[in-house]
Amino acid sequence: MPERLWRTPLDVEKISRPKAEIYILKDQCKGCGFCIHYCPKKVLEESDEINARGVHPPRVVDEKNCVLCSFCTAVCPDFAIFVKEKQCKDGC
Amino acid sequence: MMEAVEHPLLKYLRAAMIPHIWCSGCGNGIILNAFVHALDELQIDLNKLVVVSGIGCIGRAAGYINADSFHTTHGRPIAFATGVKLAKPELEVVVISGDGDLFAIGGNHFIHAARRNIGIKVICANNFNYGMTGGQVGPTTPLEALTTTTPYGNIEHPFNLVHLAAASGATYVARWTTLHVRMLTASIKKLLQRKGFSFIEVVSPCPEIYGRHNKMRTGLEMMEWFREASVIANFSDPAKAEITPEKIVVGEFVDIEKPTYEQLLYEKMAKLMKEESE
Repeated sequence: MPERLWRTPLDVEKISRPKAEIYILKDQCKGCGFCIHYCPKKVLEESDEINARGVHPPRVVDEKNCVLCSFCTAVCPDFAIFVKEKQCKDGC
Repeated sequence: MMEAVEHPLLKYLRAAMIPHIWCSGCGNGIILNAFVHALDELQIDLNKLVVVSGIGCIGRAAGYINADSFHTTHGRPIAFATGVKLAKPELEVVVISGDGDLFAIGGNHFIHAARRNIGIKVICANNFNYGMTGGQVGPTTPLEALTTTTPYGNIEHPFNLVHLAAASGATYVARWTTLHVRMLTASIKKLLQRKGFSFIEVVSPCPEIYGRHNKMRTGLEMMEWFREASVIANFSDPAKAEITPEKIVVGEFVDIEKPTYEQLLYEKMAKLMKEESE
């Protein structure tokens, strides 16, 4: 961290980092892999399970890394994934 | 991860028709997704929206959107849309169709609708071939591309759709690939807010029918081609925006204002009626 940014921001207690909740509609996925490949934080990976369409739907590796850019929602051709901000006061 | 719930955009779609029939890796779903995102962001009233589509894979989009929609005969979506727009100019009329439908079979409808500046909005999915009928060579197939009817390489020069639209007089012309989803959504939002004839070409992957003959077997490989080849150049010369395997120029090309056909028509009718009654 650069020297000039050493101090803790004054509003650090008021502002919390948004936490994401990733919903995957497994049986709608056709396994094109766009969400996995184009996630900027590499939050998703291909799972081992086989869904109703005979493909491997994505699986969440680490939800904490998600920055809610929602690119997976926008790029999914099958409306099979979406991201919501987690609504919680504290402790999640 | 939580239990699966309903997708937030499902209210804009006919739930009974989803999941759609398009192949894995096809870009049509992304175009539908971007369109629905744009509807959601603008809070468009679905009772004021008419979606018209022609024949082709993307033609099914009209059936998936939960608005009033026409699935018309081959090449004639613009002719139908012109009728809807002139009868009810207060409705938002959007044509979603493919390159073969709009530019091969319906080529004349397109250029004359653009020339008259009828206030309809055209979104064209360009997948470089006739996907639904088995991958024959189409008006946008690049030179030397392999298709089922050009097994030794295509020798027909392709249409440059943005140049054609701009030269025909369209008031808004843009081209994006399905990888540029954010720009595409912003462009569709702009398209829906405009008055005159507006056109967006969306370069879309077709891995099953076109890509497999051209060393791009999956949707991801085609999307990687778009990522490597596309160059964003807003308001550049559309004449120089040919699609080649090395370069796909994307961006907005034309953004002008002109009086629309239905506006001039209704003004003329009002004037003549007034003269008649005097």
